[in-house]
Amino acid sequence: MWLTRPLAERSTRTFLGVLFAALVIVTVLHVFTPQDSALHVSAYTVTLLGKYLCYALLAVAVDLVWGYLGILSLGHGAFFALGGYAMGMYLMRQIGDRGTYGDPVLPDFMVFLNWQELPWYWLGFDMAWFAFAMVLLAPGLLALVFGFLAFRSRVTGVYLSIITQALTFALMLAFFRNEMGFGGNNGLTDFRDILGFNLRTDATRLGLFLATGVALAIGFVICRGIVTSKLGRVAVACRDAEARTRFLGYRVERVQLFVFVISAMLAGVAGALYVPQVGIINPSEFSPLFSIEIVVWVALGGRATLYGAVIGAVLVNYAKTVLTGVMPDAWLFALGGLFVLVTVFLPKGIAGLVFKPKKAAAPANNPDSQEATV
Amino acid sequence: MSFLKELANRDKVFNFLIPEVSPVDVRHGPILYLEDVSVSFDGFKAINNLNLTIDDGELRCIIGPNGAGKTTMMDIITGKTRPDTGSVWFGSRHNLLTKSEPEIASLGIGRKFQKPTVFEALTVFENLELAMAADKRVLPTLTAVLNGECRDRIDEVLETIGLRNLRAALAGILSHGQKQWLEIGMLLMQKPRLLLVDEPVAGMTEQEMERTAELLTTLAGKQSVVVVEHDMGFVRSIARKVTVLHQGSVLAEGTMDQVSNHPDVIKVYLGEEA
Repeated sequence: MWLTRPLAERSTRTFLGVLFAALVIVTVLHVFTPQDSALHVSAYTVTLLGKYLCYALLAVAVDLVWGYLGILSLGHGAFFALGGYAMGMYLMRQIGDRGTYGDPVLPDFMVFLNWQELPWYWLGFDMAWFAFAMVLLAPGLLALVFGFLAFRSRVTGVYLSIITQALTFALMLAFFRNEMGFGGNNGLTDFRDILGFNLRTDATRLGLFLATGVALAIGFVICRGIVTSKLGRVAVACRDAEARTRFLGYRVERVQLFVFVISAMLAGVAGALYVPQVGIINPSEFSPLFSIEIVVWVALGGRATLYGAVIGAVLVNYAKTVLTGVMPDAWLFALGGLFVLVTVFLPKGIAGLVFKPKKAAAPANNPDSQEATV
Repeated sequence: MSFLKELANRDKVFNFLIPEVSPVDVRHGPILYLEDVSVSFDGFKAINNLNLTIDDGELRCIIGPNGAGKTTMMDIITGKTRPDTGSVWFGSRHNLLTKSEPEIASLGIGRKFQKPTVFEALTVFENLELAMAADKRVLPTLTAVLNGECRDRIDEVLETIGLRNLRAALAGILSHGQKQWLEIGMLLMQKPRLLLVDEPVAGMTEQEMERTAELLTTLAGKQSVVVVEHDMGFVRSIARKVTVLHQGSVLAEGTMDQVSNHPDVIKVYLGEEA
């Protein structure tokens, strides 16, 4: 079975072991140590770590398409944000009549805009199962339509990257409009409950953190399952020699579409788990800059390894938290400098420094290696 | 009314329900049939009224000076380039001009590129695994499991192409000649009816060339093989029938001796070499 194959691998087991150990340690330190102890992990830190894990899942999704399929998506933030909006709409409907205007059905911003009834696309989001299905379906459908058109026309390389960038930018502009019915500039916020649990309690925050950890584990295993299957090898084949793959009888565009849609859905899940933890979703998640930042995490961590993406996402965001606190203006320079340093000195990223895989599926982008003889 | 009766007949299998993939029909002899094919790029006629017939089981060499349209011809057969006019048939049933590259590949036409193209980030074994004739749709590929029979088949081909000791090596580290062999091995895994081989011995040593010649001649008979080659010594060693292309159409056809004594051929091609 392709999904259980990764569980027999040492690298996957190590990754899952480290992840679950981290989840347990954080939980224990949060629950069982006194507030004033030096070891205590505050609820604020738990949520911050939960946010990092969301980013890690998003980075894994990007690494799946970039590292293994060779599609540099500069628009994965769009799928992340769509998943986030689906979750945000559910959380808005859960507020009920506790909003500022006390309307039992309409969210505050609609009352403010003098809307009389709920737009049709908000129907159903009061039901958790429907909203959670939309977390997968909305990004999945966008990826399906976009990917179908792009891959069928054999748009690849830098052109595809530019189109994905345009896609997320267009969505950002659209979501900024009040008429769209997604809260415009301010987005969706002021959430109260999720599945009946109060979002403002520490226990719910810890629960969300643990749920994110489990989602990351599942997402990692799914991606690992794909890349260790024959389909994963076909994906690498599409990445390195598309024409050859086609002449072997594989429908390259369908392989690309399948992997792209899976990746978009994982990004959607990451967005959905992100929103209740940070308490807001607004169009800035669609910004092209954010999508580029995701690619930087993956590049820094190490492309085509999956765990490298996790390392990159967590480390860069930790550095961002620290540095923006210490010297807010210097953060972008630090990120840029880090990117240059890693590209020059660590072409395989941080993962390439720490782990020396026996058989690397890393892209053969070094022209010298092609000349080497046995 | 008889139409309705026919519709109600449960035994009837309608034509549109019969899957299009049907065996290649070679009862009439030719496995590949090109008629009056022309294609031009920006006014330059790369192929000009080309007529070519390859019989089932034949080994055919195609020679011609640079720019004679050899590679363009292969592009047309494999669906990469669509001709402006003409028709291309595989057996007497499959019109290749209506099919995409993967469809043509799964009908049983394998192609080796001029520049050896293997998947450098994958091992030799994995290269062959991907090439293997199998259900190549997305989900069956995801759930595919390599069974003993397939392993045996891969081992067999590894033996044939002499890369058994390098099965776990990345294809990227192979020498130029070894890559050529690996690519030929990938074609064999596809179990094609027709092999199109573009310059198989470019960059090979004398010894490797001999083994390639041996391999290609043993393949002929079971499969049809079309070889495009520049190396006249190599062509002489394998060819039974040679076609000379010049400016996009056939200049001469026959045995190597007939062709090399043909006055036109001497003028445009062999004359330059002598």
